[in-house]
Amino acid sequence: MTLREVVERLGLRALTSDVAGDAEVTGGYTGDLLSDVMANGRPGNIWITMQTHQNILAVAKIKDLAGIVLVNSRRPDKETVWKADKENVTVLGTNESAFRLSGRLYRLLEDP
Amino acid sequence: MVSRHNLSHAFEIKGGDFGKAGCVSLEIKEILRDLGIDPAIVRRAAIAAYEAEMNVVMYAESGKVVLRLNPKVIRITLEDQGPGIHDIEMAMQEGYTTATDQMREMGFGAGMGLPNIKKNADRFELKSKVGKGTSYNIIIHLNPEGGT
Repeated sequence: MTLREVVERLGLRALTSDVAGDAEVTGGYTGDLLSDVMANGRPGNIWITMQTHQNILAVAKIKDLAGIVLVNSRRPDKETVWKADKENVTVLGTNESAFRLSGRLYRLLEDP
Repeated sequence: MVSRHNLSHAFEIKGGDFGKAGCVSLEIKEILRDLGIDPAIVRRAAIAAYEAEMNVVMYAESGKVVLRLNPKVIRITLEDQGPGIHDIEMAMQEGYTTATDQMREMGFGAGMGLPNIKKNADRFELKSKVGKGTSYNIIIHLNPEGGT
């Protein structure tokens, strides 16, 4: 499933100006520890987190993640938005909790 | 494709500069990717470089990274001017960390950095002198079998 479809089906908000909609979503990973995502995230995953600072972007780029979703209505730091636009990382937002969004993403990908 | 022979790039990392943290690893990733190296191998090299880079940003004054490439291996060496590591064996254990609360709130200091380097490298040597600094030698084979 493409990132665009996931964004539409889960009602995610774009927090950066561009969404790499054609990216193929391979799954998801939920966590707030950067090295954990580095170790256990997979290319094409959507990363669900509450970290909002700019260092999340390098993790997404190095791991070739499809995008990052900030949960609980969290807003990204100003530098995060600026840098994400510059480096073409998709950052999305939701009012839902990490638990709930993870569950919905899992169900969507298992049974599109 | 650029020749893989005799490639050597040097980078500087500034300790405490969270704004630029990850830049060197991303540059290493781009260089390797542009050479047409298998994306999975490029990713492993970038992850190992990132974890070493973050250690410099978090703990050291500065660090110098050198990326070298020959037809068989990617070699990333890093030498930092920093506090050094008291007990390397302990530091290599997953979950062990000396990060501050502030770093942990940012999601750093999971105690997975050095283990992540080890996991992604075919060979990883770590040397450290307390009060002086730490040096990393990371080797990744270009062919998946890891032959010589």
